[in-house]
Amino acid sequence: MELTILIGALVVLTALAFVYGRRRALIKVGGNRRALHSMPNYHGWFVAIWCGLPAVILLVLWLLLRTTILEGFIEDALGPELANTAAAMKSAMIDDVRALTAGEQIAREPTPLLLEAAERYASLKSTADAAVLVIGLVVAGFGLGLAWRRVGPKLRARNNVEALVRVVLFLCSMVAIITTIGIVLSVLFESMRFFSYVPFWDFLFGVQWSPQMAIRTDQVGSSGAFGIIPLFVGTLYITVIALLIAMPIGLLSAIYMAEYASRRVRDVVKPILEILAGVPTVVYGFFAALTVAPALRDAGASLGLGISSESALAAGVVMGIMIIPFISSLADDAIVAVPRSLREGAYALGATKAETVVNVVIPAALSGIVASFLLAVSRAIGETMIVVMAAGLTANLTANPLDSMTTVTVQIVTLLVGDQEFDSPKTLAAFALGLVLFVATLVLNVVALHVSRKYREQYE
Amino acid sequence: MTEREPDMMPEAEVEAETPETQYRASFSLKTKDAAGTGADAAVPAKVTARDVCVFYGKKQALFNVNLDVAQHRVTALIGPSGCGKSTFLRCINRMNDTIDGCRVQGEVRLDGVDVNQKNIDVVQLRSRIGMVFQKPNPFPKSIYENVAYGPRIHGLAANGRELDEIVEQSLRRAGLFDEVHDRLHSPGTSLSGGQQQRLCIARAIAISPELILMDEPCSSLDPIATAKIEELIDELRSRFTIVIVTHNMQQAARVSQYTAFFHLGHLVEFGSTEYIFTNPTEERTQDYITGRFG
Repeated sequence: MELTILIGALVVLTALAFVYGRRRALIKVGGNRRALHSMPNYHGWFVAIWCGLPAVILLVLWLLLRTTILEGFIEDALGPELANTAAAMKSAMIDDVRALTAGEQIAREPTPLLLEAAERYASLKSTADAAVLVIGLVVAGFGLGLAWRRVGPKLRARNNVEALVRVVLFLCSMVAIITTIGIVLSVLFESMRFFSYVPFWDFLFGVQWSPQMAIRTDQVGSSGAFGIIPLFVGTLYITVIALLIAMPIGLLSAIYMAEYASRRVRDVVKPILEILAGVPTVVYGFFAALTVAPALRDAGASLGLGISSESALAAGVVMGIMIIPFISSLADDAIVAVPRSLREGAYALGATKAETVVNVVIPAALSGIVASFLLAVSRAIGETMIVVMAAGLTANLTANPLDSMTTVTVQIVTLLVGDQEFDSPKTLAAFALGLVLFVATLVLNVVALHVSRKYREQYE
Repeated sequence: MTEREPDMMPEAEVEAETPETQYRASFSLKTKDAAGTGADAAVPAKVTARDVCVFYGKKQALFNVNLDVAQHRVTALIGPSGCGKSTFLRCINRMNDTIDGCRVQGEVRLDGVDVNQKNIDVVQLRSRIGMVFQKPNPFPKSIYENVAYGPRIHGLAANGRELDEIVEQSLRRAGLFDEVHDRLHSPGTSLSGGQQQRLCIARAIAISPELILMDEPCSSLDPIATAKIEELIDELRSRFTIVIVTHNMQQAARVSQYTAFFHLGHLVEFGSTEYIFTNPTEERTQDYITGRFG
């Protein structure tokens, strides 16, 4: 409640600071704008920022630290009862206290001590919040006063405000980086825990993948083998099948659309291809599992081939169809971006359309085309749903595309779905797989960047 | 397209009597050549254009242009921007085909054969005509491959040695060989602007064309590179017939023997360069040349 008041008060105060700061700047120079170093609006922003920003920072810090600080107090209050309980019990009790404070039901009968703690918690919280309200208002007022006194013709308000804007822009750009680092670190640490159960080299070079662990010691058939090779091979195999389908079809359709199709055809075909890119992969998964895979199986049966109803081929084919639009759309953009003058140069030499496309346009568009291929590879490696539905869950180490296979992403899903303890190797294996996937796509992206940069230097 | 009837220059005087006011018969004017040698009257026409009209969609860009291009001479097309001089140039090798909605009427004859005839294969036609563009447009290939490309696709060289010879000779004729002989396999785009343009000229002459079309070849170059290209044009004249579009009137005066002045899609005046620049009949020509508009 107190904090809501603080926020409301800060909003009003900051708005007033802007209006009056602006006005004060004008009054100081008698309405002569040219006498001011910065435009009046900048003075308004300057005062508003000094008024609002420190108080907001204080508020945010309080919100972040409040729980920790207050819990420290409760632990002290519950001291005698907590002294000889386990850590898990401790946090359960603290949760109970908090629930009681909020007026919620708790699972067990509240002991007098719990009730007393809850009461203290509630009173502490409201006192602390009130203190923050007061301090926040004081800080805001202090900042406002400081800035207020500095407003005048000499104040470089614009430079101050712009410096702050730069800081804000920098912080925004840091969000993505810091998040990435956070994800990498958390995956890395969980993976380290996994590698304390399963040796790193066994994981990387093992050819057996069966992550079922024995929960009871007398269980049989749950060896818990974590060799990643079958998954890796499965991923690569399905990716290769997908690319074999998507690269030629995508590139050729891009060439058709950019060079041969009449404007009317292009206006119809290109949007449709782009819609194809927007179809959720689950839908492709249905299509693969319910249409393509059975069709392949029946076709195989009539040829005397035993194709299992979940096969790498079916998943690869459908995945290939899924990534066609990525390749065709990007490659089309790259081809269209080739300057007209290059084409005219070739035509003027008496080159035919096909010669022009193959010898001049494609080389000139190569960096974009390669980039589209590499994007397709990342899509294929990261794709999950189609493989879950069409390629199966069995980790077969085989070169036969008609057999069922599984991929890294599929295994991550299956490892984390369902009930299990969080620190068993089975669950932690998902993080190790994620790490491998991350490293693989990272390498791929670096290569992609390098390749497209190299060709761009040459061809533009 | 294989048979080339040696259609010599058409009866210019007869053409001159046609009612089109735009038409100033080329070779009848030659008799007014200030030099008065009259030798030019014997020069055969490489290209004869009759009543050429070009439309971009509904907009007409050229109106009944009649113009003869003399063999082994440089013909300059001058005029303000958008006057249709490039459009006319592109009629000769049918580059206008590549523009959507562009329609060409009238006759453009190369050695007496109408290039717009149905049985003319545009690829074969263009293999006889070289073209150099406003901006240098080397292909994303090595210097060598840029020049070798035309001979390759037309099968002009029987083996690698012959191809090497064609490339070297073309680069020499374009005055570029000495500058690039030690880096023939570095990319064409690594050259300077002027060198790139000479590379494009080498590329155009590598297919041994009969006619070279130049569309403002110096407009993106500095004065020194321009001087080199102008020198080159003068040398190339002995082997090729050249048509050059230019914005630069001094350039037209320097490099050409004949000049055509275009304005708003009409061919206003055509004659020997000396005549056009010293004693034009049309007021518009005079105004443009003296810089009163343009």
